[in-house]
Amino acid sequence: MTTIARPPLDSGRTAVHEAHEVAPGFDVERVRADFPILREKARGHQLVYLDNAATSQKPKTVMDAIVRYYEHDNANIHRGVHYLSERATEEFEEARKSVQTFLHATRPSEIIFVRGATEGINLVAQTYGRVHVGAGDEVLITTMEHHSNIVPWQMLCDEKRATLRVAPINDKGELILEEFAKLLGPKTKIVSIGHVSNALGTVNPLAEIITMAHARNIPVLVDGAQAVPRVAVNVQELDCDFYVFSGHKTYGPTGIGILYGKSALLEAMPPYQGGGDMISSVTFEKTIYNKVPHKFEAGTPDMSGAVGLRAAIEYLNRLGMDNVAAYEHELLAYATEVVSAIPGVRLIGTAKQKAGVLSFVIEGIHPHDIGTILDQEGIAIRTGHHCAQPVMARFCVDATARASFGLYNTKEEIDALVRGIQKVQEVFA
Amino acid sequence: MGDLRDLYQEVILEHSKAPRNYRELKNPDRKAEGFNPLCGDHFTVYLQMQGDTIQDVVFQGSGCAISKASASMMTQALKGKTRQDADDLFERFHSVVTGHGAANGGDAELGKLTVFSGVSEFPTRVKCATLAWHTLQAALAGKQDAVSTE
Repeated sequence: MTTIARPPLDSGRTAVHEAHEVAPGFDVERVRADFPILREKARGHQLVYLDNAATSQKPKTVMDAIVRYYEHDNANIHRGVHYLSERATEEFEEARKSVQTFLHATRPSEIIFVRGATEGINLVAQTYGRVHVGAGDEVLITTMEHHSNIVPWQMLCDEKRATLRVAPINDKGELILEEFAKLLGPKTKIVSIGHVSNALGTVNPLAEIITMAHARNIPVLVDGAQAVPRVAVNVQELDCDFYVFSGHKTYGPTGIGILYGKSALLEAMPPYQGGGDMISSVTFEKTIYNKVPHKFEAGTPDMSGAVGLRAAIEYLNRLGMDNVAAYEHELLAYATEVVSAIPGVRLIGTAKQKAGVLSFVIEGIHPHDIGTILDQEGIAIRTGHHCAQPVMARFCVDATARASFGLYNTKEEIDALVRGIQKVQEVFA
Repeated sequence: MGDLRDLYQEVILEHSKAPRNYRELKNPDRKAEGFNPLCGDHFTVYLQMQGDTIQDVVFQGSGCAISKASASMMTQALKGKTRQDADDLFERFHSVVTGHGAANGGDAELGKLTVFSGVSEFPTRVKCATLAWHTLQAALAGKQDAVSTE
């Protein structure tokens, strides 16, 4: 694997950051130089990209890896005897290994390539779920889930005449563990829970949740879409049964995501989609399915996406996930302090353990209007329900404004956000 | 991209803070619900008809400044108008907010509603401005299902 040299620092940019203070060894200006899009102007202003929970920007090394794949390695995998097919297969399987190492999975075959976290959850609901959830059974989720961790289970429960149970959260946006414990019962067949809430930023106490569920032999799926870009994840330490995440939120390309599953579970599960690559032999009478992980990867997969994801993971590994987590923690702490100090601003989601996300509302001003006015300042945030309408209902708001941070954001950008919010208030004064 | 003041004109801000005809009708002849699923805006429009004439039109719900002001000013513009008048007005309004209307928003028929011409510079906000109107059309047509901007 060749390492792409970092482009030189943009000498025109003033380097006034104090990143060294917050995370030794993490130089945010150097990191910013790795992301070409950050030099874009938006509405005549320097782009301030604070919509990382929706999708992250991509470092040059990811784009280069994809181009390199198409220029040098592209062929279909797992089938050709020719040179390029061998190279492409190797690239694809190396990508799988890099994900395995990144998540600390036991073996590469526990890593299934899917389109994203959403497909990962649907896969588990439609395979493990359809086998194990029957009439009268229960699936347990929480109030803070993204729609992608609600709807697949609703569809399953509707089909099987099972019940979707929802563990409540408190006013800070934290899971109420005692209530969660009460909802775990003999009918509970699976628990599915977010690692980090996309709407609130809450980090869930997974160790306790998984221990409680496992005490009753209930498997746990963790939706790590917002966690994998922000904190180091070790699926063996967590002891979760399934874990999903999306490449595009992890500084990788769109269209690729990961389902991790424990080998024993994956092997016992029926396939998800039928097609090529997922079979060992096919006759019109009987098809013998391929081994895990190929059993779950019907059709030609997103090979360049896998290569891009590997590049993103290698990029994160070079920075060090602990550095990324520490730096983002400082950013969030700073943003929480300065944004909540603005009169009329209320934070939605004030859990003790948070990561990456600052949701807020402004007295008397609809989030959609906040978004439009910030956009005029070149500041990209998300406004709306964030695909988490039950969370909005829980906090009695229709929508929130959400700033979400990535490893390239700076305190100066958060200051720009504060000035933007003050401008919003001036317009509506 | 236009200036923010073109979008958030004083009249619009004022209506959004104190919307007119903002109430429920207990026994409306017609009513309809409208949603913008992307941002969660949600309005109900209630109608009292006298033959083909809109005797009363009121609304309730929640939304951004643009959608609320648009609903408020729509109700003011439509009282005493016929269905045909309402359709014509919506057509003109739609043209103006999508930037296809008369130059400089100079559509005399639209009257006060020309303040929404600034919306045409903000394409993502067109749905906000037209939500109440789509809901009104559904109410006039006697549709049972909630209308959606998507």
